[in-house]
Amino acid sequence: MPVDVMIVDDSAAIRKILHRVLVQADVPLGKVIEAGDGVEALEKLKTHKVGLILSDINMPNMDGLALLGALKAQEATRDVPVIMVTTEGSSSRVMEAVNLGASGYVRKPFTAEQIKEKLAGLL
Amino acid sequence: MSRGVRAKEDEEVTHEKLVALIRQATRDVFTTMLGMELADGEPYVDDSAPGPSEGVIALIGLAGRWAGSGTFSCTAAMAMRLASQLLMQPYEAINEEVLDAVGEITNMVLGNVKTSLEEELGPMGLSIPTVVYGRNFTTRSVARSKWTVVPFHVDGEVIEVHLCLAPSRDAAAHGRAARERVTAVLSIE
Repeated sequence: MPVDVMIVDDSAAIRKILHRVLVQADVPLGKVIEAGDGVEALEKLKTHKVGLILSDINMPNMDGLALLGALKAQEATRDVPVIMVTTEGSSSRVMEAVNLGASGYVRKPFTAEQIKEKLAGLL
Repeated sequence: MSRGVRAKEDEEVTHEKLVALIRQATRDVFTTMLGMELADGEPYVDDSAPGPSEGVIALIGLAGRWAGSGTFSCTAAMAMRLASQLLMQPYEAINEEVLDAVGEITNMVLGNVKTSLEEELGPMGLSIPTVVYGRNFTTRSVARSKWTVVPFHVDGEVIEVHLCLAPSRDAAAHGRAARERVTAVLSIE
């Protein structure tokens, strides 16, 4: 069954690249919904149910870790897997994301294969 | 040449160390995301921020126990080429997508430099990049530290990464405060 996926990144370029990787990946992909920050993501999730979220960390308005915390605090989104795709690579930030409930962590720059590998385990 | 800025006995960031980190991070981004190979230029230390210049420049701020600014600059033609490589479609004019692509390349380069520096200097925050396109613009940093400048050659053009980093006067200015503290300012004449 196709799964809708949300991409959250303040860079339109990264959203476009991830969208292309999703389309090319061998996964049952439904709609791809994009958001530019955590606030926009939470707003769109009120009306769209998704099965996976790919999120950056450094974003204006609400960053990816705050978004992750908000998602895990809500009944409707608690079980949605979230993969962080970010330049933040310090062990403390990775641990912070894992402790908040991230299902995966990919550092930028990334290859399409790295993203597809993470997707394969979750979709 | 060796230039070091020391905060404590066990903390030093030398020009050579910054050059090595910038080269590694820039190569990683260009190879992985753009499929482009870079040739090293001759790095140097500059007393002032980048400019006067024309083309595209992206600025990003870093803050923590060490703080500063970083820039990535190139010609307009190279910015279009970089966006084309990143997004796999041709660009023949500078537009929002090209500027966004240059901002994201800058974010990845300096974000990876920051991650490497954090191993020795502790947590640092990174601001959202600001990207400017124009002619006869000058950048100026309110910080008085020197800038490490690392040029690269690609397709007959030069791109440059500049980084200015110094021990922060405000030791409490850690992590996420960087988003509020881009110290570089810019004027367009």
